[in-house]
Amino acid sequence: MTIEEFGRRLRAREITSADIVEQCLDRIHTENPRLNAFIHVMGDEARQRARQADEELAAGRDRGPLHGVPLSVKDLIDIRGVPTTAASRVREGHIAERDAPAIAHLVEAGAVFIGKTNLHEFAFGTTNEDSAYGPSHNPHDRARSPGGSSGGSAASVAAGMALATIGTDTGGSVRIPAAACGIVGLKPSLGEISTAGVVPLSHTFDHVGPLTQTVADAALTYHALLGDPAAAVPAPMPVAGVRLAVPRPYFCDLLDDEVRERFEEALERLRAMGVRIDDIEIPHAADVAPIYLHIQLADASAYHAATLEAMPERYTEAVRLRLEMGRYVLAEDYVRALAGRDALVREVDAALAQHDALVLPSLAIPAPLIGATTVQIAGTSQPVRNVMLRLTQLFNVTGHPAISIPAGLTQRGLPCGVQLVGRRGQTDALLRVALASEALIRG
Amino acid sequence: MTVEAWLRAAIADAEERRLPELKPLLEALAKATTALRQSSVTGLPSSVSGYQSSVGGHQSLETGRQS
Repeated sequence: MTIEEFGRRLRAREITSADIVEQCLDRIHTENPRLNAFIHVMGDEARQRARQADEELAAGRDRGPLHGVPLSVKDLIDIRGVPTTAASRVREGHIAERDAPAIAHLVEAGAVFIGKTNLHEFAFGTTNEDSAYGPSHNPHDRARSPGGSSGGSAASVAAGMALATIGTDTGGSVRIPAAACGIVGLKPSLGEISTAGVVPLSHTFDHVGPLTQTVADAALTYHALLGDPAAAVPAPMPVAGVRLAVPRPYFCDLLDDEVRERFEEALERLRAMGVRIDDIEIPHAADVAPIYLHIQLADASAYHAATLEAMPERYTEAVRLRLEMGRYVLAEDYVRALAGRDALVREVDAALAQHDALVLPSLAIPAPLIGATTVQIAGTSQPVRNVMLRLTQLFNVTGHPAISIPAGLTQRGLPCGVQLVGRRGQTDALLRVALASEALIRG
Repeated sequence: MTVEAWLRAAIADAEERRLPELKPLLEALAKATTALRQSSVTGLPSSVSGYQSSVGGHQSLETGRQS
């Protein structure tokens, strides 16, 4: 059930929030032992808040489209009175004293929090394998990763345990799991949604964003996160007027064959409906990895320096070592990376000057097997870790809004995703393009 | 500081801190640093004293699973 359908049926008195919350909790009871999507289930709180939402609606108070909607929340974001573990033993004993501002906006919108979801420890990874609570699993194939770092979040929605979820995205952590699990993931423009009350990975690149079943639901949740809970879904842009650009060099150089096929099929469907699609090049796109690395590592290591000294044994080994690596980044290279970032912002701005959005795959491969270190792409063996961030991290570096939309399945039944990237500060305009394109991208 | 000198110092420091398992990560970071210093994207004078590893290829620059 989407948020839109929930809202229609709730206001038609066909369902109650309490009914749907109970259905989600039942689903968690049966599915979570299989998927390990939740770290903390908030059953009692959710039931109480759902009853309150139903009572408010009966009394004539309608808070807007998220009124009574059961949401899960990545366990990196503070909800008052609940632990924020960041999937790490380092955080043992932590209880949030207040709601993160983004959560406070959702409370005001009437949302019901059903639980906190599993993630890659401290959001420092894209497979969800390194977690103090064990790996999450992909609902489409339990042997595979749900992506990450918001992997438990994506699994919770894909498996029907929540209607939508709130994640964070520092290099792709909303869009990667959305693509891997076959749902929608929105990274808004940098700085639009407060990251206060969110355990940081990189204060330079961190974003908060929703993972949902549809673009319309993403729009509703995005506006609620902004503190605009009554906003309706924006009007789709007329399809025939949409101008898209495909940045083929770098972004289409290394793709799984079936991911490439689903992407090209989506482009054909868009063209057939009158969308103009041009091939373009972002000159230094291939330089993004070292730029991202030097900034993100330095940010993360600065935040973790004290606990790396005080309690190194509480980190998972892989995350601890990567954080230690970041402590060796030189200041001169950090400054070089910042300068490179500025140039990339200008280049992506220029790429969008004549187009409404960029269009590219979200994830170069389908969900990888849990434990896999390499994956076959176009006949070559590639390290899994190298390809996961490849198509998403540029837009964290530049801050442009980006959304991943499901684009069909591989022969094994694994989801593929297509990413649309809009102009800086124009997330709503991107959503209008995404609303116009969604059905054609899905096929 | 050249990348080579930085890498030698970093590995020595990691070993002194009883973190010898950091060596392959530091070598990967050295490759990324070399790429960064050689790229024209920064607009800064290129520092070409890059770390020359026997492990080649741009893909191996993406050392982390960071998200």
